Amino acid sequence: MPLNTQPNFTDPGVRHRNAYTPGDDFYDALIGTHRGLTDPQSELLNARLVLLLANHIGELGVLREALALAREGVMTKDAAP
Amino acid sequence: MLSTYTWPRYAYRRAPELGAAAPRCVPLVIVGAGPVGLAAAIDAAQRGLQVIVVDEDNTVSIGSRGVCYAKRTLEVFDRLGLGERVVAKGVTWNVGRTFHGEREVFSFNLLPEAGHHRPGMVNLQQYHLEQYLVERAMELPAIDLRWQHKLLTVKPGDDGVQLEVDTADGRYTLHADWLIAADGTRSTVRRQLGLDVEGKVFQDRFLIADIVLDSVQFPPTRTERRFWFDPPFHRGESALMHRQADNVWRMDFQLGWEADPEAEKYPERVRARVRAALDSQGLAHIGFDLEWVSVYTFQCRRMAKFRHGRVLFVGDSAHQVSPFGARGANSGVQDTDNLLWKLKLVIDGAAPDALLDSYDDERGAAADENLLNSTRSTDFMTPKSRAARVLRDAVLSLANEVPAGRVLVNSGRLSVPTVLIDSPLNTPDTEAFEGWMVPGAPLDDAPVHDAAGRMAWLLPHTGRGFVLLRFGLPDAFESAAIDALANDRIAVQPLFVLPSGQHAGAGHAWVTDIDGLAARRYDARPGTCYLIRPDQHVAARWRRFDAVAVRAALARACGHTH
Repeated sequence: MPLNTQPNFTDPGVRHRNAYTPGDDFYDALIGTHRGLTDPQSELLNARLVLLLANHIGELGVLREALALAREGVMTKDAAP
Repeated sequence: MLSTYTWPRYAYRRAPELGAAAPRCVPLVIVGAGPVGLAAAIDAAQRGLQVIVVDEDNTVSIGSRGVCYAKRTLEVFDRLGLGERVVAKGVTWNVGRTFHGEREVFSFNLLPEAGHHRPGMVNLQQYHLEQYLVERAMELPAIDLRWQHKLLTVKPGDDGVQLEVDTADGRYTLHADWLIAADGTRSTVRRQLGLDVEGKVFQDRFLIADIVLDSVQFPPTRTERRFWFDPPFHRGESALMHRQADNVWRMDFQLGWEADPEAEKYPERVRARVRAALDSQGLAHIGFDLEWVSVYTFQCRRMAKFRHGRVLFVGDSAHQVSPFGARGANSGVQDTDNLLWKLKLVIDGAAPDALLDSYDDERGAAADENLLNSTRSTDFMTPKSRAARVLRDAVLSLANEVPAGRVLVNSGRLSVPTVLIDSPLNTPDTEAFEGWMVPGAPLDDAPVHDAAGRMAWLLPHTGRGFVLLRFGLPDAFESAAIDALANDRIAVQPLFVLPSGQHAGAGHAWVTDIDGLAARRYDARPGTCYLIRPDQHVAARWRRFDAVAVRAALARACGHTH
């Protein structure tokens, strides 16, 4: 299965009148998880989160694709002034 | 004075109560003649209530304030008699475009499907809207509009509220059975009652500039909302551009908390910012004049309760949101839409006082939804920590590359009406239905033909009292039972929604569902019935008519608990 880059947030059993709601729910929870942390703590949190989610996905092909996509955007950004 | 608008001055009139020995008793007073107070007054008058409106000023809104009026609000304005005027003068738009740097990252369409009378959004300067509301209010003899009458004190009691009002000719006292506080963010009524409004102040400042563009050279089709994160003309901050009536454009520039609000308002400084924004959009050849400049901050907060005995808070006095979802004036107008039919039934003694508690239940839930969405938008635009900023910037960088990033970009989630899903007035479904016309939902519109065969819309056939939408023609027995509902203490008027070629008998209200859209949106089959509230929300629905069930649902929708 290739990396899913389409919108994919769902809340099984909950109907949303507005398509943006489950994504906004996630983002709110993510920002909330960082609230009150120092910068080094936040960095560690992000790293732990990546590792947990990577384990959940498990399939190395998907993870390699995500790693490449994530890195590519960072390189592009650095290249541009 | 603006080049495109001259403020009206409304005449002060001496109060007849001045010098009276005892306070005059009146059924309803509204404090505040802004858009929300005026909408409340018109709704009250149309429902048969006498109302006094007091306002300390004598004109409409000064400066650049509310801009966007959402589909549901326009439908309420249709019911209040000014929808057409607002839409004709305003700028209709459905598409919002969001940019990050120089690239467009995504766009949204507020009204992705056809077959609705009103568009997703109309932009109109608040002063135009208020003027139309005032002019509509002046057509209604039941409204006593008192300019330059300033509310001084409020003394609440069990059976009403004592009000002291100040004028150029002196003070007078009114005893109002009911008081609607539409007196805005710094509500006098709220302070007089010693009530708090709780929530957070955002540490950010925004510059507002209204500009008039050289209309001859400007593309008339460009009406969409544009929002930028980190644009080339305003690095590190956000910006927003909206078209309004008369070729006036509204621009908002995020400044950050450290900005000096006075220095930012210098016209030369503002002109340079606007010029850079226009230039970067390929509009370097177009000139402009500044109409208005101000700097604002905002709060996201609400009162714990919107009802305090005989005092009902509506609009900004009750709840305040950030401007990025157009949820301020829109939610205020929807407050009045919810409140006035209930107040009329309670004043008439046709419904228990408890019906007014449902105003707080329903509009409190709506305020929570508006606060949640506007707070989230603000959090995204104004990250509060380094971690939040890193994540926000990561979303924006992904949004340039994959659809998965785009869904998280939050440049404002624009006002849509709340589905009052948990309302105590709803009768839960006992049968299966598809779609969104659940109990508590505001009605979807659909194109219809009226009984004379003219092109019309479904929504304006509802909204006065309770309506029973019945899809398809009933037999004689059911028809008689439906007709009997119109003779109850609280009447339910039937409206038959028929496929092309069918006609209801004389004396019946009916429409033709020309494209079958009403049936599709309501997941209706022949026999399906919907009980519709006076504010055009679904109270209950069934697959077949049952007079006992309809009367029970009506009682429940009127605040009777079993």
